Parts: sequence; C-alpha cells; structure tokens
Amino acid sequence: MTTVNTKLDRRSFLKVSALAGGGMMLSFSWLAGCKPTPEEELGLPKEWFELNSYIKIGENGAVTLYSPNPEFGSNVKTSMPMILAEELDTDWKNVFVEQADFYPERFDRQFTGGSQGIRMGWRPMRTAGATARALLVNAAAQTWNVPSTEITTSAGILEHKASGKKAHYGEMASLAATLEVPEEVQLKDVNDFKIIGNSKKNVDGENIVTGKPLFALDHRVEGMKYAAIVHPPAFGMRLKSFDKNSVSGMHGILDVFPISVFKDDYTRNSFDTTTFPEIVAIVGNSTWEVMQAKKSLKVEWENAPETSFQMAGWGGNTSSVSIPAGLENSSVHKARMAEYSQKPGTILRRDGDPEGAFKKAAKVIERTYSAPFLAHNTMEPMNCFADVKGDKAVIYGPTQAPEFIMGTLVQALGIPRENIQINLARMGGGFGRRAYSHHLVEAALISQKIQAPVSMVYTREDDMSAGVYRPAYSATYRAAMDENNNLLALHVKAGGIPESPIHANRFPAGAIDNYLAESWDIPSNITIGAFRAPRSNFIAGAEQSFLDELAEAMGKDPIEFRLELLKRAETNPVGENNDYLPQRYASVLELVREKSNWNSPQPNVSRGVSAYFCHNSYVAEVVDTVIKNNQPVVESVYAAVDCGIVVNPDAARNMGEGAIVDGIGNAFFGELAFENGTPTKTNFDKYRMIRHKEAPKKIEVHFVDNGEEPTGLGEPLFPPVFAALANSLYKATGKRYYEQPFAPQLEMQNLKM
Amino acid sequence: MALFTLNINGKTQEVDVDSNTPILWVLRDHLDLVGTKFGCGIAQCGACTIHLDGNAVRSCQLPVSAVGSSVITTIEGLSENGNHPVQEAWLEHDVPQCGYCQAGQIMTAAAFLKNNPNPTEEEIENAMNGNICRCGTYTRIKAAVQTASQKL
Ligand code: FES
Ligand code: FES
Repeated sequence: MTTVNTKLDRRSFLKVSALAGGGMMLSFSWLAGCKPTPEEELGLPKEWFELNSYIKIGENGAVTLYSPNPEFGSNVKTSMPMILAEELDTDWKNVFVEQADFYPERFDRQFTGGSQGIRMGWRPMRTAGATARALLVNAAAQTWNVPSTEITTSAGILEHKASGKKAHYGEMASLAATLEVPEEVQLKDVNDFKIIGNSKKNVDGENIVTGKPLFALDHRVEGMKYAAIVHPPAFGMRLKSFDKNSVSGMHGILDVFPISVFKDDYTRNSFDTTTFPEIVAIVGNSTWEVMQAKKSLKVEWENAPETSFQMAGWGGNTSSVSIPAGLENSSVHKARMAEYSQKPGTILRRDGDPEGAFKKAAKVIERTYSAPFLAHNTMEPMNCFADVKGDKAVIYGPTQAPEFIMGTLVQALGIPRENIQINLARMGGGFGRRAYSHHLVEAALISQKIQAPVSMVYTREDDMSAGVYRPAYSATYRAAMDENNNLLALHVKAGGIPESPIHANRFPAGAIDNYLAESWDIPSNITIGAFRAPRSNFIAGAEQSFLDELAEAMGKDPIEFRLELLKRAETNPVGENNDYLPQRYASVLELVREKSNWNSPQPNVSRGVSAYFCHNSYVAEVVDTVIKNNQPVVESVYAAVDCGIVVNPDAARNMGEGAIVDGIGNAFFGELAFENGTPTKTNFDKYRMIRHKEAPKKIEVHFVDNGEEPTGLGEPLFPPVFAALANSLYKATGKRYYEQPFAPQLEMQNLKM
Repeated sequence: MALFTLNINGKTQEVDVDSNTPILWVLRDHLDLVGTKFGCGIAQCGACTIHLDGNAVRSCQLPVSAVGSSVITTIEGLSENGNHPVQEAWLEHDVPQCGYCQAGQIMTAAAFLKNNPNPTEEEIENAMNGNICRCGTYTRIKAAVQTASQKL
C-alpha cells in the first residue's frame, strides 16, 4: 500500500458541486451512451452526488466515471476509468463511463498523444479513485459511529464486520459528497488489483457496432449548415482571389467567403501547424451540395513568398520561424538528402575515438536507408462542428490536444477563453494528425461568419493534400570492424525534410566504445507533424536493419548479437546519457525468442527480428514471411512488450496488433511524393493502404509481467516492425531493403504485391 | 431537385434532393442516419457500405435516382437490438479501435456471410478486402467473421 498526498494534484479533487448543476460541464454529450450494459442491473439513479471531478455516485449505487482524455481508438475511454474504478473499489458492472469535455479546471492533461495517457494518468486516476473511496468510508464511519479504519470495501459495498453493518456506495454518497477531502489516502497494493489487469470490453463497443452517433461528423442540431473548404492545390501556393459568382446560383449554396486561421500579430504555439492558413469556405444546406460547389468554384492561386512568423517555445521563449518559398519536388528532395548524407552534420554525440577506429578498420560496412513523407490518412477526414453566436462558442471537434488550440481559437474568434467550450468528440483515428487542430478554428470561423451552427468536412482529397505529414528521412550507418569481425566503431548520420529522426542517446549508443551520431535537416514548406512514434518510426527501421546486417557479417545470431551489446551496456556502459535500461531491453528480446520459438524455426519460413525502445517502453518483434504463389505473405508476427502494468490486456493487444499492421502497411506501401509542390496522391485509389489480404495471418502480443508502473503502448509496437519485416524479407528473397516503401522493389524482383 | 420514395430499414421515407445525390449523403444529411460513414467518396474504402436488396454496396457511389424500389438496410437497421450475429461477434472479439470503419466492415461481412455462411479464410480476406481499417483491426475482423459464421 502506498500513501499519497491528495494536495499534490489538488484541482482534480476539488469540490466542484457549485459547478455541477450548471456551467459548461453539463454539455449536450451529457449521459449520451449511458445505456446500461446487458449485464447491468442498475438503471440511472434519481440523483448523482459528485465526489470529485472524475467520480459521481448515484443514490442507487450507480457510478459515473469521467474519462478525461480524448479518445482516438487507443481505448483510454475504457482503461482510464478502469484505473479510477480499481481504487474506488467499485463493481465495474455498475459503472457508466462519460467522455469529459475539455475542462482544464477539473481535469489534468486532457491530451492524447505521445503514448502518455496511462503513464501520466496513473497516479492522478488512482488518487482520484482512492480519494472518493476514502470519502465514502468516512461517511459510513460517521453514520455508523465506528472508526473509519475498521471499515472495509469491496465491489462497491462498505462493511463494518464487527457490527455487521453493510451499505452500498449509493447509500453513503450524499453524505460523502459533503465531507472534507482527506489530506492523505492509501493506494492499493498492485497485487490486490481486481479490475486492472482483467480485460474489459470497449465501453463504446455497442454504440460502434450499432452505428450510434459518436463522431463530430455525426453531430446534428436544429438549423445546422454544412461547409466545405477549398485550399491551395500545392505547397508553396496561396489564395489570390476567387469568384463567388461561379457558384452563387447553385442549389443549396448559401455563402462563400475566405477565412484566416491566424491574425497577423498572433504568436503561434508549436501545435499551430497548418499548411494553408487562408482558405475559402463554402456554406450550404447539405454536404453533397457544398461538395459540388467546391468543384465549380473558380479560384486563382499564386506562389507564396517566403513567410515567417513568431512561435512560442516551451520555456516561454519566442522564436521566428521561416517557411521557404517554392514548389518542391520529390526528385529534388532525394538528391538533396543524398548530398547532405555525404556532408558533415551537427555532432550530437561522440564516444571514444570513432574517426581513429574507422581509420584502422579492416572492414567498413556503410548503408543508407530512406523513407518518404507519409500522410496520416485517418479514416475520418478532418472535420468539426461549431456553433458560434455573439461572444459564445461551442466546438465539438475531433482533437487530440484541446489545450493547444484554445489560444488559437481565442485570437481567431476574438472571444474570451471562458466563453469557448470545446467538447471532445470520439475521433475516427488520430495517429498524431489531430494534435494539430486548425480544423476546429476553421469550423468556428465559418460558424462565426454565418452566426449559425455548422458542420465542416474535408473531402478525402482535402485531407490527404493538406500537409502535416510524417517527414521524409534518410540515415547512413557505418560500422568499423577489425580483421576478426569485431565491432570497433559505429557512426550514424541521419536527417530529414524538414527534421532529423535521430535519437543520439538510444541503443546502440552506450554499447559501443567508439560511437558518433550526426544530424542534418533540410528546410521545406511541406508541413509535418507527429505521426505515430515520431522519428522512431523511421530510425528504428534503419538501425535495426543495419544491426541485422552487422550480425550477419559477424556470423552471429541476430538476437544473440543484440543481447551481447545490451550486456555490454548493462555491465560497462559507454557514456552517460543512455536513455534506456539494458536489462528491460534484453528481457523483451528473450521473451520474443521464447514465444516465437526462434531457435527452432519452421522450414520455408523466413524470419526477421527487431527491437526498439521508445515512449518509455521496450518492444521486440519477430516477423515470419513466406513466398506463396510468387507473393510475399506475412504469416505471423510475435511481439514481446515491456510497458509495465497492463491495465486492459485484451484492448492493449488490439492496439499492438494495430500498430503492427500499420507498420507492415507503411513499410510495404506508404508513400507520398510531390511534383511542383502538389502531392501525387490524394485518395485511396492511388495512396495504397494495407488491406485485409496483406495483413499478417496471425499476430501474438505478449507482455512482460514485472509490476512496473505503466509506460507507453500505442506507439512503441510500431517502429520495430519495419526492420523485422525487412530482415525477414531479406531471408526470403536474398535482397536487403533500404528504401521505403518496399513494394516497388519487391515488384522489380518479379514478386506480386 | 426531385422527390424520391425510399425503403430504408423497413420504413418508407421521402426525400426531396438532387437526383445525383449519393445515398450516403441522403442518409446522413437528410435522414439523420449517421451510422454510415464517409471515408473516401470514390468507392475505395468501404466506410459507407450499406445493403441494397441484401447486397453490400458503396453508398458514396450510389445516386438516389438509381435506387428505385430496392430495399436499403443501414447499420442502424441491421438488427433490432444490435444482436445480429456479426455485431455480436464483433463485440465478442472487441474488434473496434477508433470504430470509424466498423459499420462498413460489419455491413460487408453480414452480406457476405449470407451468401457464403461457411467461408474459408481466403474467402473472408477477399470479401473484406475493399474495406480499409486504418487502425489495423484486420486480424480481429477475420476472427469475428469466423465466429459469426459459426452462429449463422
Ligand atoms: S466513402 Fe464510399 S467507399 Fe469510401
Ligand atoms: S477501427 Fe479505426 S479505422 Fe477501423
């Protein structure tokens, strides 16, 4: 048992009953989806009593738990309430889960991204649950006139064994809600968990399979209009003029006007990425009508000059950011990346004497890896509902990061923060894309202009060509070996457009005496943003492919070789800032070796392995491919994961399976290229996404059971897949794959893709 | 604009829309049946899948004028209480992640299983191949289709 001080995180446990009856909390999403589950016995209570920001209990014992973070498919809407329910010690059957609105006075860190939801929410959720439980215990102690220390709880029942008194939580809730919050509360021992670690079904599962309105795009109110947007056709272009008359006679079209996301003097934050701050909005009576008008609207575009703006940094420092002019081409990008990989870069880390080691090497292996821009392609395109009237705004939008767009809304609308309500819609995928929420501002500006509620939606083409992509990257790895194939030095030089993917202090740094990491970047007007495991999603593939090639050159088993390096990093680490724990790293390799039967492979199956650390978690993966009817088929994928305690194991496996499928898809097919600033693909006819047939036939996700506090899960399974696949394909075809996507190269080997 | 009488989920509905309007938008914007999703608009992703006389079709490419007296079923009308064997199998396997593609996946699977109640794995993959799941729930979808096929 751990004792925690509730003051540490006071705002979550404040008594907020004054707000409970009115205020912004009780929005239209209130109790939506609060249908009792089939095994659910309790109906809705007559009255709710609020114990803290996260927890309300009804007189009948029903419990409402607020899930603070936006939901984009990682299932936090189930797993975060599970943590609350565990410490509250309630019965999961009696729980209703509600998506909290954006309400920073009540909830901490309402942000989904960086795989940190559970890690950062772990303590606050547990404390909130334990605090509510303590209030109920104190209420029972007062009512029964017994010491609170003699009261036990279990599955929503309070009991005083000595006197035989018993009550369910609902009976004590009204008194509990009036009591002082205790200064200290006890958290459960990990071994006493009953809910955490026992799979619970997705709380929105039934709503999803029956087609209930859950997404912003599904939101409908009286008098709502529909809007489409028209943005420049190319990066490096901007709006010059448009002819309203070209569409004004069209049926159902109400208005056409330009909108501007940023006022001139606005200092942007680092999530204020938008490719086209000035676009044209078309408003009408239905989606189809505004989409038709979109095709007919006559617009003139012009080349944009170099622009610069002020950007607020994390420490309160403001810097000036410049966006270059010009219409860029992927062929030029490739040539420039090749040029930069030969020039000296910025040195990020040097251990020992790498230059000297390369000079005396008997053998040097050098390989360059690259990957193109990627579009996030969330299934639900960018969209938002907004209702702005006078000095009040209600936004119902798919966003991973409401906090980061609030200031942008304030400046764009000229409405004070306290009059802007952001409600968090379930997102049809995020993957990082919806951390950049300019679409909320666009919808709000449109609604403000027409002073009516509006549902704005991007077409798939708008979405895919609007930027905020995964950057294009390149990495060159060099290894120096002596005549006995001992590794003397490792050199990595990596960069990208417009950012470098390198993590200089990650493995194999720390395991090699002579190590050099260099970085470069090339500016561009193609906007980028976080994409599932930023930077790691490329550099892991390069590094782990290179290690595979090194192991082969040394005649070593690829798992053994990595374990040797990790042993070195554990027993006699090189350098100081190594950001991983070698033992935990090794444990996932050992687990995947066992689970995949690595040492007794099946005939005709080609296997590749890879391991990576990111988002505080360790993952090793083995990919098995076979060539069937002249086609590479991924038969099985085995993953071993150390992310500490797993709150909802089946949902965690689902997320892991998804990351693996995502990685295989992007490794085979993912690519966005540019000609004169224009993306060459704008819909799924050209942009190839992984489909059912290409998905692995079997995926096993295994977790290391070590009782550590939870770490990231949504991202860490993604980066290692690329190399595990490449290394496995090498065994199958005899060719190494240095350039993503792999499909075109496989096709050149006369394989069907 | 023209008046169309449609048979949707067992109910007769009248809409006054442009005759080229895809059924997807008639459902979503005019009839408040928002379970059918917009993903690509060009018959490439399957998010908008509905049944037309029991067959899975892409509603984003089906103009209202082409429907005539055919019977439309959407995810909202697939079963009375969300208890179609495919829906139940989806819950059993806890398939959805973001959930956005899943109505389309379920509609494709339900129509497919009606015609082929005992499919092989390969037949399932072929039948489902037109439905993209960006979250990558394919292995669970396949397992759920297999489970549903045993119950049908
Ligand atoms: S929206 Fe119809 S197939 Fe994609
Ligand atoms: S569950 Fe998200 S797209 Fe399929």
